[in-house]
Amino acid sequence: MSEHPIAARWRAIRAGAGRGGGERGGGARRHAALIPYLTAGHPTPAASLEALKLVEAAGADFLEVGVPFSDPLADGPTIQRSTQAALDGGMTVPRVLELIGRAALGIPVVIMTYLNPVLAYGLERFVADAHAAGAAGLLLTDFPAGADPAVEQVVNASPLALIRLLAPTTTPERLERAVRGASGFLYLISRLGVTGARDRVPPDLAEHVARVRAASDLPLAVGFGISTPAQARATAQLADGVVVGSAVIEALGSGGLPAAERLLRDLAAAVHGN
Amino acid sequence: MPPESGSLTTGRFGPYGGRYVPETLMSALDELARVYDDAKRDPRFWGELDALLTDYVGRPTPVTETPRLGAEVGVGVVVLLKREDLNHTGAHKINNTLGQVLLARRMGKRRIIAETGAGQHGVATATVCARFGLECVVYMGEADMRRQRLNVYRMELMGARVVPVTSGTKTLKDATNEALRDWVTNVTTTHYIIGSVVGPDPFPRLVRDFQAVIGREARAQVVQRYGRLPRTVVACVGGGSNAMGIFSAFLDDAGVELVGVEAAGEGLASGHHAASLARGRPGVFHGSLSYLLQNADGQVQPAHSVSAGLDYPGVGPEHAYLKDTGRVLYEAVTDRQALDAFAALSRLEGILPALESAHAVAWVLGQRGGGHWHADDIVLINLSGRGDKDVAMVAELTGAAL
Repeated sequence: MSEHPIAARWRAIRAGAGRGGGERGGGARRHAALIPYLTAGHPTPAASLEALKLVEAAGADFLEVGVPFSDPLADGPTIQRSTQAALDGGMTVPRVLELIGRAALGIPVVIMTYLNPVLAYGLERFVADAHAAGAAGLLLTDFPAGADPAVEQVVNASPLALIRLLAPTTTPERLERAVRGASGFLYLISRLGVTGARDRVPPDLAEHVARVRAASDLPLAVGFGISTPAQARATAQLADGVVVGSAVIEALGSGGLPAAERLLRDLAAAVHGN
Repeated sequence: MPPESGSLTTGRFGPYGGRYVPETLMSALDELARVYDDAKRDPRFWGELDALLTDYVGRPTPVTETPRLGAEVGVGVVVLLKREDLNHTGAHKINNTLGQVLLARRMGKRRIIAETGAGQHGVATATVCARFGLECVVYMGEADMRRQRLNVYRMELMGARVVPVTSGTKTLKDATNEALRDWVTNVTTTHYIIGSVVGPDPFPRLVRDFQAVIGREARAQVVQRYGRLPRTVVACVGGGSNAMGIFSAFLDDAGVELVGVEAAGEGLASGHHAASLARGRPGVFHGSLSYLLQNADGQVQPAHSVSAGLDYPGVGPEHAYLKDTGRVLYEAVTDRQALDAFAALSRLEGILPALESAHAVAWVLGQRGGGHWHADDIVLINLSGRGDKDVAMVAELTGAAL
């Protein structure tokens, strides 16, 4: 069996040969992965396709694509608004998959959403069609480890990696259980709360990162509340990957593609240790 | 008195229920389940709750015979109301908020949040927070705040902060989203008192157990007075807590027909209704798997009902299970029928029901002349709340000047 695209990407990053060759790989500087999040269909379906392509061109290592859901209870105002705009623009699960297929990105795409749109589409059909569209992983916000073994089994039997979220409140017992069924990478929520920009990186992040690292060898991404290149750089000192969502959406919504590109390039430079 | 043993502890009712929540909340749900399971076996816990229900809430609530309403329904048919409207704060909601505030105290949590639709659960939460000196934040849709201004002010009088929710439909659905967002942010200090038998495990079973006092009392009262069980027990269903509360005592009485009445709004065919069981499909929403009003793409559809308390696109997972097993019959009545029943009960019996409860009365009135019941049959309606909060809106809808 060939190497999973997500694992292959991490191997390349760890070898210090991220996208575009080895020029950034030398020395002791940490080279972490940039993982932007975009809501599919935001700000419009057409602009969304351009935004997906832009993320790769600006130097990101992975992309999380959000399937909009009417009740995004883990999301703050920015992603709530982007989700509503996408739904108002007619975005549906089939259209998200079509968008991912048309973008035909060279970096691995992780689909991030809530469980219900996936169940409504049909779970087995979803994992098959998402894979066919080019997606490499699935992250479900309201699907903690152990919530539904039947769903877990279907995803694990598919080519999609099941990305697990971990939180500062995750107990040692739950951590054990979550990492057992995880693949691709682990996603540590940096703080209690919903998605959205915050002033600073939480002081206890290093402690939580250490806890997760002791439980698993999987690469570790950190997200929620990371919005500026400075915050991304600080987070990259601890984690293997840095997820930035609301700040990119905000830039895209207010300043269009050029503003999003500027931010993405600055973030990429920050996490790549340039 | 503790509830009957044999309650589900796996968090599932058949395939329904579960815990579909962000990872951040899982440790709090584990803690709540653990603390509740301990409390459930602790006679001191139920002793304290029973004393509060007696001395503070005014339980047991009476069962009232309604001769004039009964005569409308059919010759010799005995129609009884379980008077949850006579509880302190005017509805059944306080049975649950008192139980949960005692659990919050056991967990050492000093900050309480809640969602509310009609405002009854918000008022009941604000009430127990005042009684126990706890900080209280209530999320309420902006549209509901307009519909239920009086309840907003009641909550504020008792020291609660009412936060208007302006996202989405600006009703109960989005108030619940906002309360969950608060909980994800403040979970280590805060207990979320969910107001119905919805949400992730353990809420559906815990809220049912705290509301089960309704059915235990009512069953004993009917048997003592009439020497037989009711033929039919009827309750309105939004999220479904008053219905689970009264049904739970009769589930094993095979001869007792159980009827849950959903809000058909402007009619089931209109698309403007809140009948999740009649017209929904199973889906994951607010932490559990149950029947849900959703479109083909899995997006939750806005509900509609004249009654803010029934205006919710989901329903408790145990109701989903009881629908599938056929143990409970789920029906729906329109806004118009509910308003007519509101007027009928007011005129015939001098009791103004909450618009939510009026749906249950409306279904019973809808059976008149249909031969559904015979002389001496007992029909027990759970009158879950009083209608004072709805008077201004009913006046507006019927064109009366106040």
